Amino acid sequence: MSTDSTIHGTGEVIVSHDTHDAGPEVHHHKETFITKYVFSQDHKMICKQFLITGMIWAILGGLMSVLFRLQLGYPDSTFPWLEDILGKWAKGGKIQPEAYYALITMHGTVLVFFVLTGGLSGTFANFLIPLQIGARDMASPFLNMLSYWFFWMASVVMLTSLFIETGPASGGWTVYPPLSALGDANLGSKGGMDYWITGMALFVVSSLLGGLNYITTILNMRTKGMSMTRLPLTIWAILFTAILGVLSFPVLLSGLILLLFDRHAGTSFYLSDIFISATQKALPNEGGSPILYQHLFWFLGHPEVYIIILPAMGLVSEVMAINSRKPIFGYMAMVGSLMAITILAFLVWAHHMFVTGLNPFLGSVFVLLTLLIAVPSAIKVFNWLTTLWRGNIRFTPAMLFAIGFVSMFISGGLTGVFLGNSTLDIHLHDTMFIVAHFHIVMGVSAFLGMFCGVYHWFPKMYGRYMNNTMAYIHFWVTFAGAYLIFWPMHYEGLAGLPRRYMDYSGWSSFNQFGGLNRFISTVSMVVFAVQLMFVFNFFYSIFKGRKVISKNPWQANTLEWTTPIRPGHGNWPGEIPEVHRWAYDYGKDGKEFILQTEPLGADEQHH
Amino acid sequence: MTRSLELNRVTDQNKKIHPHKFILWIGIGSIIMMFAGLTSAYVVKREQPGWTTYVTPVAFYYSTGIILISSLTIFLAGKSFRERRMIRYRKLLLATAFMGLAFMFLQWLGFRHLWETGITFHGSGAGQFLYIIAGLHALHVFGGVIALFVVYIRARNTKIRSYNTVPVDVVSTYWHFVDLLWIYLFIFFLMVR
Repeated sequence: MSTDSTIHGTGEVIVSHDTHDAGPEVHHHKETFITKYVFSQDHKMICKQFLITGMIWAILGGLMSVLFRLQLGYPDSTFPWLEDILGKWAKGGKIQPEAYYALITMHGTVLVFFVLTGGLSGTFANFLIPLQIGARDMASPFLNMLSYWFFWMASVVMLTSLFIETGPASGGWTVYPPLSALGDANLGSKGGMDYWITGMALFVVSSLLGGLNYITTILNMRTKGMSMTRLPLTIWAILFTAILGVLSFPVLLSGLILLLFDRHAGTSFYLSDIFISATQKALPNEGGSPILYQHLFWFLGHPEVYIIILPAMGLVSEVMAINSRKPIFGYMAMVGSLMAITILAFLVWAHHMFVTGLNPFLGSVFVLLTLLIAVPSAIKVFNWLTTLWRGNIRFTPAMLFAIGFVSMFISGGLTGVFLGNSTLDIHLHDTMFIVAHFHIVMGVSAFLGMFCGVYHWFPKMYGRYMNNTMAYIHFWVTFAGAYLIFWPMHYEGLAGLPRRYMDYSGWSSFNQFGGLNRFISTVSMVVFAVQLMFVFNFFYSIFKGRKVISKNPWQANTLEWTTPIRPGHGNWPGEIPEVHRWAYDYGKDGKEFILQTEPLGADEQHH
Repeated sequence: MTRSLELNRVTDQNKKIHPHKFILWIGIGSIIMMFAGLTSAYVVKREQPGWTTYVTPVAFYYSTGIILISSLTIFLAGKSFRERRMIRYRKLLLATAFMGLAFMFLQWLGFRHLWETGITFHGSGAGQFLYIIAGLHALHVFGGVIALFVVYIRARNTKIRSYNTVPVDVVSTYWHFVDLLWIYLFIFFLMVR
């Protein structure tokens, strides 16, 4: 709690704010390069740090998928350049089995945790919470800074694991024991696994420090008049995301600590008397249960998918209302469904474990609870569609990504109904069907939501616009490409094609998919190239983009558009504005939009 | 930043709970989840073959007594702080911190005793869970001891006099929490075999 001195100024001289006239700069304290760009406590800078770190991870994680798609699409070919970049992991220009497993494991870990949790929540929670609720900064800017630097340390540890001799973790992103606990059975379970656990422990600390701050800031630091029901949906979504993270990540940490002891101290929480063929020896362990790990892992793992998708839902809701020039349809239903999803998220974890020998009666309870999630999800989808209905739609890049999000979420959500059935799951478990499902419903959807947010708030972040032409190309190729990549995978999965295999050509029943796999691989490379174009657009626009000349370029209602074009630390030069209405007064009383700061008219009702 | 955050504070004066206290309460919630995860793993594992138990070392009873008393001293420290009896306050802070260290030492004695009776890391019974759960708890106590020392050093600083109760309240709430957490864990270990 060492920020006390800054917040309360114990012993420090505080310049009275009464004498302050609304100049353009609110902060007069000296800023060096280090305090402004590196160890910054300004939520806007921390947001950019999260975003750019997340982008670097996204490029690496995406590149991994291109490499293993190359293997899946062309299992018989060799690519000598692969040996140049991967060395012994691609001997003779062909990805080795160990390398293939490492690639899929790290692709999952990086995208799920480092991009779509750290990168997505870290970016938009930091950026939008203070700006949209009307606060100078987070409740504890210092903890917020620590949150980023723990994320950075986690990133360094995870990145280092890619370069050690035995390679990174390679037992799948869920790192199930016993495989992940036995270095003798799997190359990636040697040092790489320790790096993975250390990296994830640091990541958990980072997301806890962040989450504590997000919740506290939202509940305690809202400006005058900003009641909970006047909050933009982005903030509601971030609040529930943070609650999920704070309650579920510690359980993952517990599971990983037990795993660490099984690996190094000789305990038998997960390990039992397993015979390892590589060493021709049986383990001395007794009585361990790998299922115990799965329970602990999925108690985080399932909320984790909502940690990924809820912020995207919030961003999309906000952008969709602004660009339809209509209030969001069913605001309270949107909040209620977010809450329902948050509660249900904790009650469905065992649907990942239907085929572990789970009691079928227990399974049926989890089927019921799982399918119940369809209700709040459908409420959200219908509310988005009715928000669009008869809207005066502006197809900005952000809006296209928002609409694309809804399309993807519907497509991916429908296959979730298949997978939520424990009986169907016997057939579909660990096939390409589940790969297709979760990539569409949380991978691509969350990415589209994130792009939607980046395009929409880029003018606020950097005072410039991103290039629209590149943005439109980015959208259409990504959107069409994602369907072309993942739609065919459903057919492969229904035919029984297992996931995590590196070569299907040995099975006559799977040979038929050779052409389809080449097609998927080709599209994935095109889509990856377009993401690089987005990255180029992003960095180019920071320096050369068209300048923003009005405070409120999208004509939106929320508070961040009442700040100067390039707000300093503290966000508002003068007093923090007071809020008089909710965030969605679009097309009301003949006015196109009414800022939240505008007092109610004589004939208006209190919202 | 000092100045801008000061503005924040002014608008927040009507709020009931200080944000730092609120952060602590949510943090406590997440620590509870961590131990809930571990103790439920314990309960699940207990049903499986190969479960072993141990005799509770006597040192744990002493450590429980010490941490209970330390809750009293931190409470009195807060009271003295409010009464501006700063010398008494500093003494009580220091006493609490040293009782925290004594607690950790007794836990370690308990562990060593268990280890000598043949309960090592090999196996998957109550003893192995105890090492990990009580060990993690001791780490949390250690975090509290560090916080106590930080508050103590600040209180010794004669240049800056602060009568802000928030840091004291935060530390003492956390201290009561690690105390209660140990009581829960200790009863859990005694009852669930």
